Parts: sequence; structure tokens; C-alpha cells
Amino acid sequence: MTDVGINAPELGRVSEISIETLAGPKKRARKEAAIRSFFFFAASVSVLISVLIVGSLMKETWTFVSEVDWSVTWGEIGWFPRQGLYDMPTLLVSSLIVTIVAMLVAGPLGLGSAIYLSEYASKRTRKFLKPILEVLAGVPSVVLGFFALVFISPQVIERIGRNGWLVIGALIIVVYLMLVLGWARQLVRREAGTELSTQVKRVMVLTLLVASALILIWWVNGVAGSSDPEAANFFTVKGSGQLAAAAVGVGILTIPLVASVSEDALASVPDELRQASAGLGARKMTTTVQVVLPAAVSGIVAAFIIGVSRAMGETMVVFLAGGAADQAEFTASPFDGGMTMTAAMASLATGTDSVVGEALTFQSLFFVGSVLFLITLALNIVASRFVNRVREKY
Amino acid sequence: MVEANPPIDEIAKGVRMSIDSSDMAPAAALDTPEQISADDLVFDVSDLSVYYGDFRAVRDVNMLIKRKEITALIGPSGCGKSTVLRSFNRMNDLIPTARVEGDLLYRGVDLYDPRVDPVEVRRRIGMVFQKPNPFPKSIYDNVAYGPRVAGKKKGLDDVVESSLKKAALWDEVKDRLQESAIGMSGGQQQRLSIARAIASDPEVLLMDEPCSALDPIATARIEELMAELKDEYTILIVTHNMQQAARVSDRTAFFSVQVDEANDRRTGLLVEYTNTEKLFSNPDDERTENYITGRFG
Repeated sequence: MTDVGINAPELGRVSEISIETLAGPKKRARKEAAIRSFFFFAASVSVLISVLIVGSLMKETWTFVSEVDWSVTWGEIGWFPRQGLYDMPTLLVSSLIVTIVAMLVAGPLGLGSAIYLSEYASKRTRKFLKPILEVLAGVPSVVLGFFALVFISPQVIERIGRNGWLVIGALIIVVYLMLVLGWARQLVRREAGTELSTQVKRVMVLTLLVASALILIWWVNGVAGSSDPEAANFFTVKGSGQLAAAAVGVGILTIPLVASVSEDALASVPDELRQASAGLGARKMTTTVQVVLPAAVSGIVAAFIIGVSRAMGETMVVFLAGGAADQAEFTASPFDGGMTMTAAMASLATGTDSVVGEALTFQSLFFVGSVLFLITLALNIVASRFVNRVREKY
Repeated sequence: MVEANPPIDEIAKGVRMSIDSSDMAPAAALDTPEQISADDLVFDVSDLSVYYGDFRAVRDVNMLIKRKEITALIGPSGCGKSTVLRSFNRMNDLIPTARVEGDLLYRGVDLYDPRVDPVEVRRRIGMVFQKPNPFPKSIYDNVAYGPRVAGKKKGLDDVVESSLKKAALWDEVKDRLQESAIGMSGGQQQRLSIARAIASDPEVLLMDEPCSALDPIATARIEELMAELKDEYTILIVTHNMQQAARVSDRTAFFSVQVDEANDRRTGLLVEYTNTEKLFSNPDDERTENYITGRFG
């Protein structure tokens, strides 16, 4: 041993501290243990509740599965639980239609707003826009259900159903206008050889807005006046809704979810990548499409999967605006009324008759619930896999 | 190099272009900045200031930068050397509040002329960043990125190969070009970043502390590489490491910080710009001497 100039004292002389001094007060240890068990309890309650939910589903589902005549669950004319016809394709196809149409609305709009917020918006714009998006997320689904029933259904979907060509015409005009504007923009660019002045941009945006407004007015007044005087009243309850109307409502509800999860994914892409791309002479658009989106792809996929599972589980909107109550015939058209899995469960469990009907009517409700639960569970597991992949990468 | 570059008139008309490689002076007998001939002058910076909003981050930058030389920008933290470097290819444009005053001429053209497209500038003046930042793509796609965004579709294989060779990376990666670049070591990633910058066929390479995230061995390789690249490219490097500046550069610019007592704002300024050898052995300015001898900064 090297002599470092410190002499170890004799054992007996080290008496200032003892093991009790370092053990700390007992009271503190008890407090720690109490706090620990409280948090453990809080965590276990949610686990316990999940187990109970699954358990309660399973019991009645088992009764249904073991006793039902399987021939009435496939290929019947529709979902008539009180008459003992439990045609699953009716519900599955309706759920599928709602989910697809909802994602057609929520996917592009949600991802689009995420890209705008994360890549293009200035700090000030983001500060202004994000809360608005969050307000949309906070709209109770029953309110959106009414909106779907009194506005989307008569004003949008029925018109598309009745005047498909007109809507397509309007879309073509909008696309055409945008192309012309884009072409004009390029001309201006080439002339100046530089970024567009804000003034030119403003004029273009204004033109686009005015054009869209004109088309909207023409569409609302002209069409309504000529073919259907009743629709002149802007908010009209007509009929009982269609799957597509409900689906658009569900889509609107899903936009904020898709937007916020995708925005998180985009924001987690390191800024260095954007800088590197810009430093190599890439334009903003190229950077976004070639670098940022691929880097965030697993998060965006996750956003879509979570969106799908949300859309599939949404109940109130489809219940109110889906266009069927208690029972539904099989349909594969989004312009018909139909019944999703969720709506079927909701409508069966409401009313005053406490679900009377065939012997298994009550149990069928649980069976549908289990199917829905398994589908969304699978989707959520897949989604969390994707989210984890984003986390690992950076 | 020059033949491969398209004529400069796309961004500027009437700029003389001539190559006279016999003019390349050996390092020992560098011209003073004032003696650089017009043909060899790549950048002419006069009275450059960079602002972030109202805040003037750097002022009084006057520099002449010669073709195929390595110019080092050194100085203490916050002196604005990176800010100056980033104004050479308009990367500061990505910061919404940033703004430049004074003149920054690239081969006679004002880079901040409203007609100049920053994207076009960045294709000619490449950049290598502090942190190696490969895209989450294959090694091949990383290197081919620059040429692709410039619209090149044919001959990418050759560009990728020659760029990787110039960056001294080819032998290590030639058998796994299609593998992800994320799995490479830090030193390899930084050489990949250099290969990626070279692939766009730039004339100038800006390097912002390219070795600060690397270990000494990887650093030595990058320094070696810079000495080789000097034959073809004009290089500007920001570094915290004075030894590195002394080892690799032909000229060195020393930046310092001035603190405004009134509002505690720190503004960077160019103190001295001269041949590297002179700056490190016999600086004119006392502040430079204090810095390089370790009395300040």
C-alpha cells in the first residue's frame, strides 16, 4: 500500500456515528411505504377494471357463442336481433363503410393540418390554430351527431347522392381554378426569378376563397331552389340520415386525433435533418416529402391506426345519424341508412323494454361488443408497435 | 470541377470565369487577402452584419476568400462565427427573423440580391454540419439526395461512387450501399455527410464544427480528408479547436464578442483575418493574442 499521508485511526476511536445514524428515522420509511402502496392501489384499480370489463363481456358472449344457431349470423337479410336474426356482415360492412369514409375525411385533413402546423406555420399562426384544433377535439360526439343529422345528411350527403354529377362538376371547377392559379404562379415566378411577393400570394388566396364561396352559394341556392324547395332551409331534418353522413361526422371527430398524433411524429423528426436537406439545395416541399415524412412514417401510420380504431368505436354519431334504429337490412351503400356494431349495441340497450325478444337478443349485444373489442385491441397493439419504432429511432 | 459546374450566369450575368491553377501559391507564401486576384476570389464580404430581429448578432465582417483554400473561423462561444458561416449559403434564411446587412459577393454576385434563389445558392455552396445527420435512408440514397433534388436521374451510380471515394468512405461501405445509414459509426456518418455535400457538385464547402462530435481518430481522418478536398473545393470551416485551425487552414479569421453593458447583449465581430501562420505566431491584435495564448475565451 502506498502511503498517502492519512493514518487510519484505531477502531475504537471512530465513535461519532453509528449504524442507527445512517439508518434514518423509522417514521420516514413508514411514510414512504404508505405512499408507495397508495400509488400501487391506484394503478391496480385500472387494471382490475379492465379485467372486470373483459370478464363481463366474456360471460354473456360465451352464452351467445355456445347457444346460437350459427346459420342466423351469416348471410341473412339483415340485423334483426329481436326476431333472432343476428347477421354479422350487416354490422361489419356498415362499420367498415363508416370507418373508410371517416378516414377519407380525417386522414388527409388530419395529416394535412399536422404537416401545416409542424412544417409551414409560423409560431404565431400555430399559437392561434392549435387551440382551435383542440376545441374540435372537445366537441361532444352527441353534438356532432346532431350536426351530422341536420346538416351533413341533408345538405351534403343527400345532394351528393342526388346530384352526383353537379358535385363532381364543382370539384372539377375548383381543381381547374387551382391549376390555373398554379400556372399563373409559375409564370410570375419565372418572370421575377424569385419568391412570390406576399401581395401576389394574397391576391391568389383571395381569388381562391371568392371562387369557392361563389361555388358554394351557387350550389346551395341554385340546386336547392330548383330541385327541392324544402332544402332551402339550411338546417333541415330530412329522413333519418345515412351511413355516409354519420361517417363524415365521425371523420370530423377523428381529425384532431390524427392531427395531434401525426404532429407529434413530425415534431420528433430532428431539425438537423431539415437543415441538412435544405443545405443540399432541397426546397421546403421536397424536404417535407422526401425527408420529414419518411422519417416520421411509423408515427403517421400509428396515427392512422389509432384514428381507425377511434372511428370504429365511435357510437353517438352513428347512432344518431346512421339512419337505422333497432334493426337494419344489409347494405353496402354509404348512401343508405345502416347500422354499425356500436350503433347496434347502443340502440339495443336503449328504450324501455330492457331488451326483450328472442332468447339470445340480450346476449347478442355482448357478442358484438366482444368482436368490436377484439378489433380495436388488435389495432391499438399494432399502433403502439409503430409508435415505439419512432421512439427507438431518435 | 469548373467544367462540371454549369455556367454561373443562371444566377448572375457577366461574371468572368477563368481558371489559372498555376496561380496556386504554396502555403508558405500566401498572398495577403488584399492581393487575391479577381479570378481567384470566391467570396468578397464587406461590412456584413447579421441580425436576429432587432438584435445584431455579428457586425463588421470583412473578408476576401480565395479559391481552393481552407479558411478557418475561430473564436469564443457566441462570437457569431457559425452565424457568419451560415450566411455564406443563406442557411440563415431558415430562421424567420434573421436578416443580413452589408455585401456578400459570391464570384461577383450579391448573394442577397432579391433575384437570387437560396436553393440555387445552396446547390453550389454545400454545407456539413456539426452533428452527423444522415437521413433515415440507405447510404446510397443519402449520397444521391442532392443530385436527385437537383433533378438528376441518370449516372447517379457514378456520382455516388466518386463522392464516397472523395470522402474516403467507399472502401468501407461499397458492399452495403443499400443498408441504412443510421447504423454507421459517428465518424463514418460525418464522412457520409461530406460525401453527400460533395455529390451535389458544389464549388464551396462550408463546415460547421464538423469534428466536434467525433473522437480524435475520426477527427484526424476528417482533417486528412479536408487536406485532400482542398485540391478541388474552397472550404470554410468553423472550429472551436485552435489546433485544428492551425493544422488544416490557410487563413484564419478570429471573431470575438463585445458585450453591450447597457442591455447585456453580446455582439460578435471580426477581430483579425490573416494567414493562419501569422495569426497563430504573430497576431496584430492584442485580443487575438490573448485568445490564442489562452488568456481569454
